[in-house]
Amino acid sequence: MDEENEKNYETVRIPVTLYKKINERIKGTGFTSVSSYVTYVLREIIAEDEEEEEKFSEEDEERVKERLRALGYLE
Amino acid sequence: MIAPHGGKLVERLDFSDRAREEAMELPRLSITLDEARDLGNIAHGVFSPLEGYMAREDFEDVLEEGRLANDLPWTIPIVKDVDEKDVEMLLREDEVSLFYGDMPIATLKVEEIYPYDRKEYAQRVFGTTSIEHPGVANLMNKKEHLVGGKITLVNDAPTDFPQYKLWPKETRVLFKEKGWKSVVGFQTRNAPHIGHEYVQKTALTFVDGLFINPLIGKKKRGDFKDEVIIAAYETLFKHYYPKNSATLGILETEMRYAGPREAIFHAIMRKNFGCTHFIVGRDHAGVGNFYGPYEAQEIFYDYPDLGITPLFFRSFFYCKKCGTVVNEKICPHGPEYHVNFSGTKIREMLIKGEKPPEIMMRPEVAEVILQFENPFVE
Ligand SMILES: [Zn+2]
Repeated sequence: MDEENEKNYETVRIPVTLYKKINERIKGTGFTSVSSYVTYVLREIIAEDEEEEEKFSEEDEERVKERLRALGYLE
Repeated sequence: MIAPHGGKLVERLDFSDRAREEAMELPRLSITLDEARDLGNIAHGVFSPLEGYMAREDFEDVLEEGRLANDLPWTIPIVKDVDEKDVEMLLREDEVSLFYGDMPIATLKVEEIYPYDRKEYAQRVFGTTSIEHPGVANLMNKKEHLVGGKITLVNDAPTDFPQYKLWPKETRVLFKEKGWKSVVGFQTRNAPHIGHEYVQKTALTFVDGLFINPLIGKKKRGDFKDEVIIAAYETLFKHYYPKNSATLGILETEMRYAGPREAIFHAIMRKNFGCTHFIVGRDHAGVGNFYGPYEAQEIFYDYPDLGITPLFFRSFFYCKKCGTVVNEKICPHGPEYHVNFSGTKIREMLIKGEKPPEIMMRPEVAEVILQFENPFVE
């Protein structure tokens, strides 16, 4: 959100050819810098890796279903 | 099923007699009803991955970056303010109890006590320091220090609507049982007019389920009372919503009126409930003229890693030429044919005891609202 706050940023190195390509690509988009584009793409990719399936124990699930039935949410 | 924010649904509950007795013995901090309810939101996973009140690093990253210290999107500080006298006590204690009245709600492991700048907080979160803004006015009354640390819930806070009070674990099981793979969440603090219904049903057309999730808690003067919102939706559901694809459950937390930042917060909570999609309308969570009409939609482009898909809606209105409810994308006619669903206009009519026209509000809904002596917060 705030690129002026230096303490919250680190420098990483990418090939110049890639840098130039991205610089061309972001023209006319909402991205204001190569850094903001790279950050966006990395966050998107990393978030996909982090997705996990949430599993409840059978006992837990039965208890929840009972309450849902009592409240009329389930038949 | 969609993963909760941060990958794991937080559960920090200990309702054993021993835990409750121990909580009675600890030094006490008193809390408000809204704070007691937010402790429930932490402990039952609505605020996953938070496990307590934010310590300084998370708090500062939320202000500066709109993210937690681990880079996860998070836009609203979840903190506990304390005064000098509390600080003195907290410095001596490792653990304290949080009391609502004479009821212990949670225990808090004291991790960090730190000062903060209310003006900076206001500017970052609300985008203004004007005390005309209800969120800022509320913030300026807070005490001057914050305490961070994990909490454990020992009692659920009281609720006025136990029959609609669902926690994320429950909604997740419910959605699964109903066979809903995709669910769209709808945030509201209003009794529904036709415009709301069209937004909800348009979204529902493309997903398996609709989760209407009214926000119950401290609001500002002129907002619909909680019991009116619930009664209005009950009626709407009874007459106009399919039971196998729509459901209603409440969320008890206060409105912050933080516009764009609150829209992200609202989306994260619905992700934790198990929603895959979230409706963001015009001026979502806004107040007065503090935010641009679509600012709360634009902020989502800063969060490609949010994990829940926002559905952006422009306003619906009635078109006399089309003879139906439309939006600007699908109606070619000029403004002279359009009737807007003005919340203000509907409110004025209801205050006068008049039934809004059927093109604005379902007659059954209007009748239910008019049965209340005063449907609005005074
Ligand atoms: Zn038209």
